[in-house]
Amino acid sequence: MTTTGIGAPVRRKEDFRFITGQGRYTDDIERPGQAHAYFLRSPHAHANIRSIDVSAARAMPGVVGVLTGEDLAKDGVGGLICGWMIHSKDGSPMKAGAHPALAVGKVRYVGDHVAVVIAETLAAAKDAAEAIVVDYETLAPVVDMNAAVKPGAPVIHDVASDNVVYDWHLGDKAATEAAFAKAKHVAKIDLVNNRLVPNPMETRAAIGEYDAGTEGYTLYTTSQNPHVARLVLSAFIGIAPEHKLRVIAPDVGGGFGSKIFIYAEETVCVWAAKKVGRPVKWTSDRTEAFLSDAHGRDHITHAELALDERGKMLAMRVKTKANLGAYLSTFSSCVPTYLYAPLLSGQYDIPAIYCEVEGIYTNTAPVDAYRGAGRPEATFVVERIVEVAARELGQDPAAFRRKNFVRKFPHQTPVIMAYDTGDYAASLDKALELIDYKNIGKRKRESARAGKLRGIGFSAYIEACGIAPSAAVGSLGAGVGLWESAEVRVNPVGTVEVLTGSHSHGQGHETTFAQLVCERLGIPIDQVAIVHGDTDKVQFGMGTYGSRSGAVGMSALSKALDKVIAKAKKVAAYALEASDADIEFKDGRFSVAGTDKSLAFGEVALQAYIAHKFSGQDLEPGLKEGAFYDPTNFTFPSGVHICELEIDPDTGVTKIDRWVAVDDFGIVINPMIVEGQVHGGIAQGVGQALLEGAHYDETGQLVTASYMDYCMPRADDLPSFTVGATVTPCPSNPLGIKGCGEAGAIAAPPAVINALTDALGHEDVTMPATPQVVWRAARKAALRAAAE
Amino acid sequence: MTTVTMTVNGKSVTANVDPRTLLSQFVRENLRLTGTHVGCDTSQCGACVVHVDGRAVKSCTTLAVSCDGSSVTTIEGLAVDGALHPMQEAFREHHGLQCGFCTPGMIMSAVDIVNRKGNALDEHTIREELEGNICRCTGYHNIVKAVEAGARAMAPGATSIAAE
Ligand code: FES
Ligand code: FES
Repeated sequence: MTTTGIGAPVRRKEDFRFITGQGRYTDDIERPGQAHAYFLRSPHAHANIRSIDVSAARAMPGVVGVLTGEDLAKDGVGGLICGWMIHSKDGSPMKAGAHPALAVGKVRYVGDHVAVVIAETLAAAKDAAEAIVVDYETLAPVVDMNAAVKPGAPVIHDVASDNVVYDWHLGDKAATEAAFAKAKHVAKIDLVNNRLVPNPMETRAAIGEYDAGTEGYTLYTTSQNPHVARLVLSAFIGIAPEHKLRVIAPDVGGGFGSKIFIYAEETVCVWAAKKVGRPVKWTSDRTEAFLSDAHGRDHITHAELALDERGKMLAMRVKTKANLGAYLSTFSSCVPTYLYAPLLSGQYDIPAIYCEVEGIYTNTAPVDAYRGAGRPEATFVVERIVEVAARELGQDPAAFRRKNFVRKFPHQTPVIMAYDTGDYAASLDKALELIDYKNIGKRKRESARAGKLRGIGFSAYIEACGIAPSAAVGSLGAGVGLWESAEVRVNPVGTVEVLTGSHSHGQGHETTFAQLVCERLGIPIDQVAIVHGDTDKVQFGMGTYGSRSGAVGMSALSKALDKVIAKAKKVAAYALEASDADIEFKDGRFSVAGTDKSLAFGEVALQAYIAHKFSGQDLEPGLKEGAFYDPTNFTFPSGVHICELEIDPDTGVTKIDRWVAVDDFGIVINPMIVEGQVHGGIAQGVGQALLEGAHYDETGQLVTASYMDYCMPRADDLPSFTVGATVTPCPSNPLGIKGCGEAGAIAAPPAVINALTDALGHEDVTMPATPQVVWRAARKAALRAAAE
Repeated sequence: MTTVTMTVNGKSVTANVDPRTLLSQFVRENLRLTGTHVGCDTSQCGACVVHVDGRAVKSCTTLAVSCDGSSVTTIEGLAVDGALHPMQEAFREHHGLQCGFCTPGMIMSAVDIVNRKGNALDEHTIREELEGNICRCTGYHNIVKAVEAGARAMAPGATSIAAE
């Protein structure tokens, strides 16, 4: 390991601009002549639009244009798409209702886009929006999933008269039923996975621009995957062909999934730029973000676990209703299906699993991937029911888990996934030691003496990352391949530019990708630049989500570096007058085996470009190589998180006292960055468990639409975390990387709820477990104890 | 329109502004100092924190005209003559940032905490004092470490963070 190579906690190259206020986020960009867009949004959850009169608004001072869904339709601009086809049990395709970027005839949730006003200033645009007259015929809304599927419920899309998008299943039903029939014990649980709002601190923003001379469009946008945005805007929405559309995602202030999707606002900005002949800029305010960013989670689940007399797991069956909101967002359909049910085996050897999922329309914002996407929901089911089963059988929750762990690899689960490697017991052992499990009884008694309730909760999670083998996801309905690309450009003086299709919005790729280059080429880290986020620079890429940048994006880079080294060896052979086979490359130098003849990497790069020592017919001049990497399997990061907390039964306030995370991410490029990812993930998971919940009232108004109402985790809500690691390298990619971005958010919610229910002595705690929820649960516990 | 004059990062600036212009808009749009960020509409997130006459304020909730005659420091003004402020160094050294969006506000708040509470800050104090700054990326763990180290490094005669 060099000080800047693989495994070193290198300080981040990107930080200088962020700590000095020189980051460049979309809203920081100002284009010459730019006008400002403001979206008029529906105040109703469900209404027909009888008419929209924009004439008064058009006449307002400073107004450049007012556009509606009719204008979009006239220009042949297509609707937003959902790129993953799910089929119901009966083989029928999912029922995707039309999703115009500006409403046509009907609005389906509060915040739905009705019209856009473009004006000289944002204030002028907002003023003019108030002058738009929309004649709504309000319809009864339905926000609750159970109500939405009742006969006679309001119909949101005509294509789905029962509001069911799909009725899907996975697994062997007959085998599962047979196993349940033999079971000695069946644990059952009903769970609600609360609806969340992703809330990256930078809200979404877009600037659309049109160059009449070249007939080319440019879109600056807050995207995790600018090439996917370009593909969708070109091939499906039909704004412009790909070679006439440049998408730039500059510094992006966090995404957590919510910036994967192609939304109405950027579609409208880029289209409107040509219509009004001006660059058009839109920046979401925070309440707009709450209303119109895709939300996360929102499941209702019943699960059952069948066990034999010794507590060995025999089978699991799960029935889930997943709220998909009013429209299908870009990847929403796969989140509660293929990103969910295949994870229901957890770390356990469960011979049979059967899962049914109904995707349901409601008059709420679309729901799509949010940090973990399906895997936190699956882990919540698995780790809650496993905990309940251990308690019902009177077994120690750690020992019960250990007994059921998968031990032999590869392991084929009954739900698609083939786990390649892992050592679950090693993570558990380390976590037990770090939290000092043997003295938990003593700590509980101490808390009890102080009038507090102490609990400990486990979460042994697994996730499927490194998304994903293209052929595999294609067979499951994905509309795209999920490989990644990288290009390595070596300059004549030996500095290196890496162009990657991965996108960094906090992950630190400018550092970690450069570390891989240093490791391989032996050059100083300040001679490496990582370029990403611009479709005019990077040829193509699938972007960053699903903890895929290390496992997939860096694997592509690794392949490209192999090619660079192979070519450079040939150049060196000519320059050193030796045969290719005798050239060795080590620590940044090419040498002839058994001699003291050698050249530094930069010298060979120069030779490649001046091409004096070889014939351009025998060897092409230059040193630039690209690679596409398509994974052969998912990767399977896993680990054990343990939460220890204390409840004040008088106030319902929960204080997390200790948090131990032991994760197996395979090979780690930069442990400092990886630990940071774990910390952030845990914070979001604790947020889900204790604080956060998006709530619509029965009329479909979002009552949690600001930071006054939606409780974000703050510094004083969280403890410091103890983060440990175990390592089993991933066998399916050249670097052995598994991925770390989502682990904390996946692991944390069940750890917290298992700890709370341990402290309380009953299972009746819902998320978010706010002080009010916990106070009620503590009262219930006290009443029960009194009755006994 | 109203005329407003203030000193921003040591330079005197005068501008004609709409009286409703917020200080955050004034620095971002009029002065093009875009290091000051806006993360919410309700004065909750702290991405917009700057110093006005040496005290931390949320610039999204401050009218530019109310700063007439004041001295304002934004994140761009914290490093002096190219030398990073110890708190900036501490954030980098302790990986106190990921996407960087909350970072300018965090650093400006952190400097203010040290100014008010001194150079020896414990974890509890730091966490309570950071209540007005939201970070979605870091889980605060490394921000707390950075503030603690930055506070120590701000003490007169302290050695620099990078040299530790
Ligand atoms: S922008 Fe000022 S507190 Fe959020
Ligand atoms: S670093 Fe992204 S919000 Fe704090």
